Amino acid sequence: MKLTGAEIIFECLIREGVDLIFGYPGGAILPTYDTMTKYPAIHHVLTRHEQGAAHMADGYARATGRVGVAMATSGPGATNLVTGIATAMMDSSPIVCITGQVATNAIGTDAFQETDVTGVTLPITKHNYLVYDVDELAYTIREAFHIARTGRPGPVLIDIPKDVQNTITEFEYPEGEIILPGYHPPQRASQSQLEAALQLIREAECPVILAGHGVVMSGATEEVVQFAEMTQTPIALTLLGKGGIPEHHPLSLGMMGMHGTGHANLAIQNADLLLAFGMRFDDRVTGNLKTYAPDARKIHIDIDASEIHKVIHADVPMVGDLKTVLRQLLPMLEPIEHKAWLGQVRDWMEDANERDILHHDAGERLFAAHVIHDMWQATNGDAVVVTDVGQHQMWEAQYYPHSRPNTLITSGGLGTMGYGLPASIGATLGLKATNVWAVVGDGGFQMTMSELATAVQERVPVNIAIINNGFLGMVRQWQEFFYEERYHATPIHSPDFVKLADAYGIPARRVQRRDDVIPAIQWAESITDGPALIDFRVETHDIVYPMVPAGADLHNMIRRPIPSRDQV
Amino acid sequence: MKQTLIALVENKPGVLNRVASLFRRRNFNIDSLTVGRTESPHISRMTIVVDADAEQVQTQLYKLVNVIQVEKVTDVPNVSRDLALIKVRVDRETRSEVMQLCEIFRAHIVDTGRESVTVEVTGDEKKISSMVEVLQPIGILEMVRTGVVTMARGEHILSPNGYQARDGSNGYQNNVL
Ligand SMILES: Cc1ncc(C[n+]2csc(CCOP(=O)(O)OP(=O)(O)O)c2C)c(N)n1
Ligand SMILES: [Mg+2]
Repeated sequence: MKLTGAEIIFECLIREGVDLIFGYPGGAILPTYDTMTKYPAIHHVLTRHEQGAAHMADGYARATGRVGVAMATSGPGATNLVTGIATAMMDSSPIVCITGQVATNAIGTDAFQETDVTGVTLPITKHNYLVYDVDELAYTIREAFHIARTGRPGPVLIDIPKDVQNTITEFEYPEGEIILPGYHPPQRASQSQLEAALQLIREAECPVILAGHGVVMSGATEEVVQFAEMTQTPIALTLLGKGGIPEHHPLSLGMMGMHGTGHANLAIQNADLLLAFGMRFDDRVTGNLKTYAPDARKIHIDIDASEIHKVIHADVPMVGDLKTVLRQLLPMLEPIEHKAWLGQVRDWMEDANERDILHHDAGERLFAAHVIHDMWQATNGDAVVVTDVGQHQMWEAQYYPHSRPNTLITSGGLGTMGYGLPASIGATLGLKATNVWAVVGDGGFQMTMSELATAVQERVPVNIAIINNGFLGMVRQWQEFFYEERYHATPIHSPDFVKLADAYGIPARRVQRRDDVIPAIQWAESITDGPALIDFRVETHDIVYPMVPAGADLHNMIRRPIPSRDQV
Repeated sequence: MKQTLIALVENKPGVLNRVASLFRRRNFNIDSLTVGRTESPHISRMTIVVDADAEQVQTQLYKLVNVIQVEKVTDVPNVSRDLALIKVRVDRETRSEVMQLCEIFRAHIVDTGRESVTVEVTGDEKKISSMVEVLQPIGILEMVRTGVVTMARGEHILSPNGYQARDGSNGYQNNVL
């Protein structure tokens, strides 16, 4: 069959199961856009900025587990993808980006809209390609999807010159095995590693499981819970590990780290064994490495060998797919009790409960934590929540316990403001659901709010909750604690978000009282033919507690004072 | 401590760039890096001398899709060779002195001018460094070193086991690293 390069792109995308592309057209990708009209099986979502396209593909991927696809033209189109690609890279999100490039004979001449996109994205992609030869195109696309979704997933970019899109060639889909001599994702742990791990597990008196994004991505929920129950080991979650285990489980400690729960952090610091399941000891979860879990031995299971000993020395490293490794380990285990340890952990938990703002009288004030808590109630704890970055993100993590994997979608590693709205649009379209919530700050929302128009044009029934505190709240918090309350460049003016929504044709409400929170959330979910928006006017000078200052010891948390007990 | 690693990589465009970019962004200090052809036209071989944790370097390199095999040879009995071309300023007196030194170091004079000679010396890093040291007082005008290439001794063979080039992957010119 004779096909053009552009036709080959779609023949291959369809075979990869792609039905949605998020993108933005332009000169160098026009042959491909024109050809799209011949492939009605693929729907194109026109975004308002290529960053939005990359985040949408990412949100789609994280919500569905399938590879998300973003498309852009050369030069500025491609460079606009960069933040989205870096975000996906840091959080191991499988996306494939297809960019147009100037014609092969113009490459290297500073042609109009020429950028060395494979050069620019080299350090922020799992792999990338510049396809010179149309006969390499089909195989390259297959390889790209394979690399994006296997092993430790990540973004892959394919840069395709305009003439390659136009060239006609004999097309035969490359069936069969993908031969990549330098790419062999590991699977299983060795017998000796399993036995060494077992030994440490048997000897431990105060163990803690650190459950990370790997639990979610390898689908190891059942295995982790079984492990925890059998060995009576409490589980602390990373931000991206949330959803990996049902958080209402009695062994769950909630989130660890900078804004983790007091009991999770104290358990880690006092542990004699850490079981790191698909996590990478990010500085936001360890605090000061010198004083981190000083008495704990470490068992580290990760699919990426380079994570082993990268920041924390592992006594027993196991490189492989978490689910596979735990399935190897589980039959070797016998039940263990840790009554004294769990009792200690429960005491810490009670102290945290006492400090919890949910148990404090708020008076007339509306606290973001209450909004999130009420959202959790109103959505039966079963919504898919996509956050932006800042205080609201941490409150989501603290006050919305998730019970299923892939129900919290957030930029953890890169902390990309502006991620929330576009990622929520991608997630909603991927899931074809009406219970997806974008929880965004007034600052981050304004970075990508142009995607409201995309949501309207595509009738995406996403629910948008703006946690409007009039500040770049998280930065304001740092200024309050560490910069003597010099609130410079953090008060942020916003438009009237209800009127703004109105201009887009989006139904919207403003909420200023606690009593109105749940009805507003129910109202938003009842709108299913397009987006709905709520502007929550919350406390302006609120603080995310607890907080481990950057670089401080994990147990040295700034805790929320208890009015009756602590000097305020 | 300095570590020596050998990497077999696919001979494809941009691979050297990928490796160099990795070393820069991971803050691995490169002492020397050499690249060259191997017995297979599809594979290039790098000898990397680096001041970093060898295991991290190795596992990070393996994350590059085009890197086929990496071996740490610091502690393996090996032959290491560096080649230097050294242009030395000479007069009638020092010319013979240089020639004598060349004999001791089994070096060769590969070019002579009226007021200079160019010495080619091959050996491990130490040998070259001592040659440089003795030539320094005589007057080195210009010098270039290739960087180290290393091979394990005996039957310890580094070859990409079971490596197959994909059919039709002939769209690449050779040595376009
Ligand atoms: C693109 C980007 N720029 C800057 C930052 C630094 N930053 C982290 S949180 C934050 C404040 C976010 O403010 P807002 O969106 O209003 O959320 P809030 O903290 O108030 O909930 C800033 C500026 C970032 N994470 N990302
Ligand atoms: Mg704010």
